[in-house]
Amino acid sequence: MLRLEAIYWLIGALLAVVAWFNLRERRWAVAAFWAVLACPFGFGEWIQHATAAGTHWPAQMMGLGVIALGLLAASGTLHPDAASIDERRDSARRLGNRLFVPALAIPLATLALVLGARFLVWNGAPLLDKAQPTLVALGLACVIALLVARRTTRAPATQALSEGRRLLDTLGSAALLPMVLATLGSVFAATGVGDAVASLVGAVIPVDNRYACLAAFALGMVLFTTIMGNAFAAFPVMMAGIGLPLLVLKHGAAPAVLGSLGMLTGYCGTLLTPMAANFNIVPAVLLELPDEYAVIRAQLPTAFALLTVNLLLMAWLIFR
Amino acid sequence: MNYWPLIGIAVVVAGFALKRNPVLVVVAAGVASALAAGMSIGDLLALLGNSFVSNRALLLFVLTLPVIGLLERYGLREHAQAWITSFRNLSLARLLIAYLGARQVLSMFGLIDLAGHAQTVRPLVAPMSEAAAEHGGARPLPDAERARVRALAAATDNIGRFFGEDVFLAFGAVLLIQGFYERNGIHMEPLAIALWALPTAICAFVIHAIRICWFQRTLERAHVPTTEAGDVAA
Repeated sequence: MLRLEAIYWLIGALLAVVAWFNLRERRWAVAAFWAVLACPFGFGEWIQHATAAGTHWPAQMMGLGVIALGLLAASGTLHPDAASIDERRDSARRLGNRLFVPALAIPLATLALVLGARFLVWNGAPLLDKAQPTLVALGLACVIALLVARRTTRAPATQALSEGRRLLDTLGSAALLPMVLATLGSVFAATGVGDAVASLVGAVIPVDNRYACLAAFALGMVLFTTIMGNAFAAFPVMMAGIGLPLLVLKHGAAPAVLGSLGMLTGYCGTLLTPMAANFNIVPAVLLELPDEYAVIRAQLPTAFALLTVNLLLMAWLIFR
Repeated sequence: MNYWPLIGIAVVVAGFALKRNPVLVVVAAGVASALAAGMSIGDLLALLGNSFVSNRALLLFVLTLPVIGLLERYGLREHAQAWITSFRNLSLARLLIAYLGARQVLSMFGLIDLAGHAQTVRPLVAPMSEAAAEHGGARPLPDAERARVRALAAATDNIGRFFGEDVFLAFGAVLLIQGFYERNGIHMEPLAIALWALPTAICAFVIHAIRICWFQRTLERAHVPTTEAGDVAA
């Protein structure tokens, strides 16, 4: 069976290669950054097993690594494109639509693998990890697409690595931000930040008015998602503080509607915040926009219109 | 109730407001909250390390970069622009609205990572949008507007993804909601939660589609007066 762990090892290997490229050019800090980041992919499962077995030092070393990443995090470094615009135009004319095939192979192969997962059996065991079929399929699709791309372009294997390195170095620490933010969410949950917020909010709003409770819940979801960059992190906090005790138990709100619309209200907050870096900041860097908040600016009107719609939907549907 | 862990939120807000290195800000916030909660250094490091490892799926997109980088080296973006140019009637609005709808429907079926900023927006949707907005190079855009077109392409991807994925049964959000109620003694089927995401999904499509049309209109209007002024001057 192809486990998700194998895909992680592949990512670890890629990051190690990027570190090696930088090491050869004596860019020590950048090399160290990618080398440390390769660790959770190379040794992740081992760290988790060690923790489960009660051995804490591997996880603690990784914790030190996270702090080191924070200190090393360099802003992106731009490498000039290896090929001039004329070379790229010539090659585009020569290869034509065949260039699309590997790019589309990533989504299409993922789709085919996910849909065909149940037919892919090796010695009686499913070929793809059943727990995370989409993620394994995506990883596998990237490998397939790379093989197709090499066939199409007849490029040497090292060129794919150096081009991948060019994009990764351009992203720099922006590539890492989603992972450290999710880590922060876990840390907040473990240190009782959620409980503290819930008790503060409960002290401020008039709890006998159901619409006041609803407004506090919805705006709390938006505010917390904006601060933490993640509606998933905000949801348990607001549900434990307001949603469950006040809306569901005291005012009889429908839990299914509250959960679903509450989460989507949080998503409106995700559209507004630089903390949701993988959605809002990474694309601004990927698309080489001069203003790193340009994507958020483009989302603002939609986010506020949807927030209004969501508030009305909740007020209408929740108390029926 | 120990309110001191809230200091982590203050660190995040202050750090982002002061535009410090975001990774450093986030790590510092985690350390501050954990220390304020009275955690020992050993527990703090283990918590950081374990949380970091269990969230590593978020870096999966890195595997697409060698393919995308290689194709870009051989002219993918240039070709995508040339290709869209061959569809003279495909306006920016039609392109982005079609992408928005496709992204939402795919997400509803759980195919969330099929598209994305690294997989589709940078190599395909953004250059196609630029070419459509320029009417196939007939009317080059100033850099500022070109950036706005790209930003709108990225925003369209986000909105399509966010307001489609919650309709999908096995998606994390639905399971998170169901799990929360389950732990608190309220039993319900994931389907009951997922269906209530549909009204918002439809509203999201309508609102953003209207905005895309609006954006195209302002883009065209911004161009018309300059040509007329040029004509008058000539």
